[in-house]
Amino acid sequence: MTASPILETIGLEKTFPGVKALRKVDFRLFPGEIHTLMGQNGAGKSTLINVLTGVHAPDAGEILLGGKPVEFSTPLEAEAAGIRTLYQEVNLCPNLSVAENVFAGRQPKRRGAIDWRLIHARAEAALAELNVSLDVTKSLDTYPIAVQQMVAIARALSVDARVLILDEPTSSLDDGEVTRLFDVLRKLKQSGIGILFVTHFLEQTYAVSDRITVMRNGEREGEYLAQDLPVELLVSKMVGHERMTERLKRAATEPPAQKAAVPPFVELRGVGRRGLMNPVDIDVQPGQILGLAGLLGSGRTETARLMFGAERADAGTVTIGGRPAKLHSPRDAVRHGVGYCPEDRKKEGIVADLSIRENIILALQARRGWWRPLGRARERQIADDYIARLGIKARDAEQPIGLLSGGNQQKVLLARWLATEPKMLILDEPTRGIDVAAKFEIMDRVLALCAKGLGILFISSEVSEVVRVSHRIAVLRDRRKVAEVAGNAASEDQVYRLIAGGSE
Amino acid sequence: MTRIRTALQHSLLWPCVTLVALVLLDLAHNPAFLSVTMLDGHLFGAPIDILNRAAPLVLVSLGMTLVIATRGIDISVGAVVAIAGAAAATILADDPSRVGLALMAALAVGVLAGMWNGLLVAFVGMQPIIATLILMVAGRGVAQLLTGGQIIPIGAPGYLMVGGGYLASIPCSVWVATGALALTALLMNRTALGLFIRAIGVNPVATRLVGLRSNALVFGVYTFSGLTAALAGVLISSNVRSADGNNAGLLLELDAILAVTLGGTSLLGGRFSLAGTVVGALIIQTLTYTTYSIGVPPEATLVVKAAVVLVVSVIQSATARAWLMRQLRRGLPFAAKKTVSEAAR
Amino acid sequence: MRNLLDRLVDPRTLPIVVTVVLFAALFGFGSVMYTGFFSLQVLLGLIVDNAFLLIVAIGMTFVIVSGGIDLSVGSVVALTTILAAVFAERFHWPVWVIVPLVLAAGTLYGAAMGALIHFFRLQPFIVTLAGMFLARGACFLITTQSITINDPAFHAISGYHLDIGSGSLTAGALIALATLAVAIFIAHFTRFGRNVYAIGGNERSALLMGLPVARTKVGVYALSGFCSALGGLVFTLYVLSGYGLQGQGMELDAIAATVIGGTLLTGGVGYVIGSVFGVGILGTIQTLITFDGTLSSWWTRIVIGALLCAFCLLQRVIERHAARRKSNGTGMQQRASSRERRRPAEPESGPRTDSVAMTPRS
Repeated sequence: MTASPILETIGLEKTFPGVKALRKVDFRLFPGEIHTLMGQNGAGKSTLINVLTGVHAPDAGEILLGGKPVEFSTPLEAEAAGIRTLYQEVNLCPNLSVAENVFAGRQPKRRGAIDWRLIHARAEAALAELNVSLDVTKSLDTYPIAVQQMVAIARALSVDARVLILDEPTSSLDDGEVTRLFDVLRKLKQSGIGILFVTHFLEQTYAVSDRITVMRNGEREGEYLAQDLPVELLVSKMVGHERMTERLKRAATEPPAQKAAVPPFVELRGVGRRGLMNPVDIDVQPGQILGLAGLLGSGRTETARLMFGAERADAGTVTIGGRPAKLHSPRDAVRHGVGYCPEDRKKEGIVADLSIRENIILALQARRGWWRPLGRARERQIADDYIARLGIKARDAEQPIGLLSGGNQQKVLLARWLATEPKMLILDEPTRGIDVAAKFEIMDRVLALCAKGLGILFISSEVSEVVRVSHRIAVLRDRRKVAEVAGNAASEDQVYRLIAGGSE
Repeated sequence: MTRIRTALQHSLLWPCVTLVALVLLDLAHNPAFLSVTMLDGHLFGAPIDILNRAAPLVLVSLGMTLVIATRGIDISVGAVVAIAGAAAATILADDPSRVGLALMAALAVGVLAGMWNGLLVAFVGMQPIIATLILMVAGRGVAQLLTGGQIIPIGAPGYLMVGGGYLASIPCSVWVATGALALTALLMNRTALGLFIRAIGVNPVATRLVGLRSNALVFGVYTFSGLTAALAGVLISSNVRSADGNNAGLLLELDAILAVTLGGTSLLGGRFSLAGTVVGALIIQTLTYTTYSIGVPPEATLVVKAAVVLVVSVIQSATARAWLMRQLRRGLPFAAKKTVSEAAR
Repeated sequence: MRNLLDRLVDPRTLPIVVTVVLFAALFGFGSVMYTGFFSLQVLLGLIVDNAFLLIVAIGMTFVIVSGGIDLSVGSVVALTTILAAVFAERFHWPVWVIVPLVLAAGTLYGAAMGALIHFFRLQPFIVTLAGMFLARGACFLITTQSITINDPAFHAISGYHLDIGSGSLTAGALIALATLAVAIFIAHFTRFGRNVYAIGGNERSALLMGLPVARTKVGVYALSGFCSALGGLVFTLYVLSGYGLQGQGMELDAIAATVIGGTLLTGGVGYVIGSVFGVGILGTIQTLITFDGTLSSWWTRIVIGALLCAFCLLQRVIERHAARRKSNGTGMQQRASSRERRRPAEPESGPRTDSVAMTPRS
């Protein structure tokens, strides 16, 4: 690193009411490098990004861009200075065409009118730079998220960018798309742009970073070259105590105990829906975890939704507890003792303005019906009970759930279904977007529940996670089940091969 | 200090303050404003008058509150008022003794209208404003059809009691409205319906995935709105002793929406306040009365209404309050103590 | 040819295609049923009789595309007629002073509402509702009577017509057509117009993309105010009087025309030309009923209601179908964008592709 940093902060401080989000943070980003920012939720990563991009003004400290001190009062100023940010949610307009999205607000004109031919040509060129070629006249929402992110990058780069900040861009991408994204980042790196990358995924960090900055409790814990920082050290620096590394080592080697064959609780035979999912056979046994592995789009969430009645099957039979059952709606599933933690927590799980208490008892109350209210006292009791049992960090049960961190929200969702005393739980990406420590906490509880006799359908895009915890793994590809293997006999490579379509 | 702050943040505060301000204005102009006397065997006075006239609005606003809480809106209630009145009048015109049948017909019409709206919104998935716009446009035509374009007079004494009579010296209409309010409040608070409706308003997708039949609930809410509108239609047609397909309930939906928003319920759905809605309806009715009694020409009532709506909306808007506080702090340096960090955006 | 068919059936353009087809069908129906219906005179008469609604609907289209709504248009039309009448008859100002004055007033009124909506984050429904009350109340404060306009300049303009074949276009109709042309230009060839679509699609994204959201939102309501005022002037030419009770319910007609024309109330989707056909359909129904002569006027309302219902059902069916197609059949409409893919991706250990070609160009 011969050049001086393109972006630097010195002694940055930021306090919000009740919490010191940044404490004297020194940070350096060099041109032509990919620098990953890591830390748990609440460590200060988002605040640092927000200060760098002008969303918040720092209380103290300096920001230097290209060696010169700068002050941003709005995100537009930061953007004008050359700092481009891409967020986890693609912040583009889905109804406009791809080309328009790239040039919105800056459309080239000819004789006073927008020159559409020029826009289309330039948009195609910009996307070609990223090795993407598509019909730029189609509206953005006809393309999957991975492509939309490429469009967002093209937009970010369409005017001179010196720094590119990517805040958790890979949460919705599958492995192939992540690879493509990283290829683009490496190409950009060569043109001298400084890239700041924020992610939860350890593997991705090591796949692409030159340097890593770890934050904990608002402080910069350290700045390291990626090649010099082993993963256990990274995690312990993020979490702050050595026990975590032990847990990681243990989790990596301990296979789930093999259970004797028991009659399944839920049996799906040939269940499918035209246009959604080809007919599949799925069994979930009580006290066992069935993992669903596959790429994005292979039908994992669709299977889960069919099993919960969120989508209505038009083929096949369902047997629950040995007796034929109908799953026409989530209500049916709940009545039979099934619970479902959906993949998109924010849109399909939490009811934001309601309190923690109300969120926890919602499913239980729904099952009881509207004419048999639990009563405030009983609701309080249930809520407090689960807050304690699952270790939900909140002031009290009356807090609106929207204020909690991702990990705690996931725990509330879990509590919601546990309160119904289910016989089976469907967990769709329960640890997505959650920091490392909370991830382990949640998975520990899941395993404990399983040991008590709860059957679990577990979906995760982290194949390693699926392999680690499942008793059996069903592999999906292109909306059909292609294989089923026993958990302890499978290895990650084997599952990957099955996903890809090779033979066992 | 914190208790005062919690009181200040209570959603009912500003509506009540507005109502009290209006009442004080009336008192200033007419010290006998709040006086109520017994006359002809029943209570008499300005407050009674206001309550009487506010009853139909309160009814419609109750239904509107629940609809808005589920993230919907019902602009057809005015038309339903007209149709219900027309239905009752048509039956009574043939035979003035069949009061019971007339009442049932009016309420049935309202329930059917509500079910139609509910069907479009909950099961077809149409946007509420468009779905209810259909009935609003077509409904007037239907009302006109029933009345044959005429204004049908109503003479049946039993029917006239409902809107114009008195029970235990309190106007019947007030009894009806209070009863409806009590029943609704009971349903919302003593059962889980209030929780379910709030959940639907905040996140309809999640509510379905929790095992609730959100479609059925939304359908029920619109049906309820139709029912309250029909009830209001009965009160109105009984009060003016006629059914006018063209003018009955005109602009009533707008007043109802105003009452709901003045009362603190957000148009975006979620939390709602029945008490707030009642206060809102009273504000609107008192406003009408006040402008009239102060001597403001009737043409100006609309202007005054608009001004009040704007002022109250601005006050309720957190953004506006923050802006106001910033202006005040700038102008008054001793009030510049930082309460909330500027980081709140 | 296949490309054209594809574009026609695209869920965004299908509603407007249906609108045009329906208009043609209605007109055809009338021509078959009644002699004299199928004539240039009747067609041009549609434009002449509904010129003011056309202009107002154009303004409404922009507002609805931006994701908002404007309930004040009818009242502003009425206020404009009164202001024009008062300025002409009581103050005796010349036409070329009245027109810009009134247009400026309408624009400022709209801008004020837009400012309240944007800067205080108030609901458009509520603010424009208050605007409706305010304008209507102002009408009555000025006068409760009807003021006839005798000013010769007004009469001259009102009487002007351009003969085309068997029919003719009035000044009002010509103004409406000119407004249409300008509106199409704004919507598709100016940054302001594209920003309106962007905000309607996702306002938060538009803000983060650096688009001038404040200016555009205030501007769109100002535009609607301008159109209401212009529509009011055209209406004044049509009736040659000012009266506070005009235009009641006009906002609903404008909204109906816009929705029938294929604009989604959620914003971001819609064409100005669609609203023109929407007005055309409403006008044709009115004309059909007039030609029939036996149906009472309240049947119009029922028919319009039924039409609106049919249209919205159609829009709903299309939306559902489009969502299913987009997400390859997951039916998960709540997702803003699809996560589903057209081709399976290569696994991690597979060969890296150099160029990713999506949906080959036809």
